[in-house]
Amino acid sequence: MLGTGIIKGMAETARNFLGSYTSEDRLPTVQYPEEKIPAKENARSFPFLVHDRNDAEMGLRCVACLICEKECPPQCIYIVKDTIKKPDHTGKLQNHPKIFDIDISVCMSCQICVEVCPFDAIKMDTAFEFSTTDRFGALLLHKDQLAKSNEHYQKIHPTEAAEVDARLTGETAKAEAKAKADVEAKAKAAVEAKAKAAAASATTPANV
Amino acid sequence: MSSSLVDSPSPGPETGFAPPEGAGQNHYTVTPKTGSNGSMDGDVLEISMGPQHPSTHGVFRMDVVLDGETVIKLKPVFGYLHRNHEQIAEGTSYLGSMPYTDRLDYFCSLTNNWAYAIAVEKLAGLQPPERAEYIRIITAELTRLQNHTCLAGFMLMDMGALGTPLMYAFREREKILDLFESLTGARMMCNYMRFGGCRVDLPAGWLDQTKRVVENYPRFLNEFENLLSSNEIVMARTQGVGRLTKELAINASITGPMARASGVDYDLRKVDNYGIYDRFEFRVPLGDHGDCYDRYMIRILEMRESLKILDQALKDIPAGPVMDPKAKLRAFKPKAGEAYGRIEAPKGELGFYLISDGSASPYRYRVRPPSLINLTVLEDMCLGQTVADVVVILGSVDIVLGEVDR
Repeated sequence: MLGTGIIKGMAETARNFLGSYTSEDRLPTVQYPEEKIPAKENARSFPFLVHDRNDAEMGLRCVACLICEKECPPQCIYIVKDTIKKPDHTGKLQNHPKIFDIDISVCMSCQICVEVCPFDAIKMDTAFEFSTTDRFGALLLHKDQLAKSNEHYQKIHPTEAAEVDARLTGETAKAEAKAKADVEAKAKAAVEAKAKAAAASATTPANV
Repeated sequence: MSSSLVDSPSPGPETGFAPPEGAGQNHYTVTPKTGSNGSMDGDVLEISMGPQHPSTHGVFRMDVVLDGETVIKLKPVFGYLHRNHEQIAEGTSYLGSMPYTDRLDYFCSLTNNWAYAIAVEKLAGLQPPERAEYIRIITAELTRLQNHTCLAGFMLMDMGALGTPLMYAFREREKILDLFESLTGARMMCNYMRFGGCRVDLPAGWLDQTKRVVENYPRFLNEFENLLSSNEIVMARTQGVGRLTKELAINASITGPMARASGVDYDLRKVDNYGIYDRFEFRVPLGDHGDCYDRYMIRILEMRESLKILDQALKDIPAGPVMDPKAKLRAFKPKAGEAYGRIEAPKGELGFYLISDGSASPYRYRVRPPSLINLTVLEDMCLGQTVADVVVILGSVDIVLGEVDR
């Protein structure tokens, strides 16, 4: 009979309409500005720079190696090296970025900077509400805007941050152990040298 | 696209637009009828649909010549979204073009990633581990599900069903995009595959979430079919409209669901056996008539087959690494040579052709986009149809302008 298909379709829309009052499956939307769906753990929006020790300037993990600048496909990162140096998590002196800018109007959120960074210094944020009336200046993020603490990173990507922290702590412990061993070896060497010198001074007069 | 190999609908002698001698079937000389005082009758109407027409699926223009309501000539005009994709890829590293491939067909970024990864893996001799192959198949089939769901919604919107089918389709698509987001970090621009595997392993609980979505999908498909497949208006608007013959589909190298709707038994998952598709049991649905209804129905049937593949893949996925240990991220320089990697993307055969000269960026990078090649027969399908049907036919081709224009 002509029209049965349409009636069947109408029954379907009615089921969906009534179902939207009872079933979460049929009404998945939320009223956005008032209510927000929490970001997924892996979600990514734009990069930020991780810093430790609550020091947004000298605590930056970035060592201005320029790898991310080179690998960035749309070339939205701009870095200038500073002349001063700062110690990294192993205590070694490293370079420091004087300027670190990311133009997030060009950035395409591909995460390649994060993947190529050998120092775990740049990570992806989950913030996405960047709309502004200033088209150019406000979307060019500088070093002080990009720097965010490690606690922030632990909060937005807990699993990933735990891995990174474990690795870095391991490296720090190793470096400390090595430094300690170095100090001990040095002390031992000094003691030995002293003993040798003493022995030499003790034996020399006898020979003369 | 002109082809003299097949009969295309003739506008009939009474329109006054006869094909010139020696010209192909689809070329018409427009000789307007003139009145007794020499003025034009105004029978022929040339309209420009697009580039911002809501049914053109992007910035795409069609120059349509109409006799009354009948299409007698149609010229697709594209290039509005051209962004130099191939030239950019030749200037950047191999890894650097991976996020750009997301933007080709922005509904199916994961299949684009996969095709490009296959091409580079052939070039560099990398072999993704077993688990990575399974992840690739699962993500590709999920991509196919959401692409076909959306397509059915868009096609219905082109027919005038504003909203309801499309909103239902988007509601289901969002569940799949949620899976993509929790796996790759982005809903649409996934950038997930790497040469020799996948970027990260599956997060905890992802397989269970996917299983739940896959289990619930047939219920949605049944509802969707109840709503549309036997609807008399849908049938009247699509059956016998925009017929594509098997011969023309083969001659114009049409691939994907569009070719299969015309009865061409060609599915790269069966023909090429890329990845590990030979381990899965699934069938390739074929159409008889090659009209818009068949093209719609093929997609619904393909979704059911995709669900079968997903069921098997989710059951069998092994544990293990997801990256080839030989693969490296930076300073990646494959040896000189050439490679062509192709997969069955939701829209058809998607291929990447690469020539390497041993340096860090490809010497030549070429994309074979299914949308563009499927679009070339648009005129042949539209001739003799009414202008309202053009919109439905374009909807049934399933184009994304990001891929057509590149």
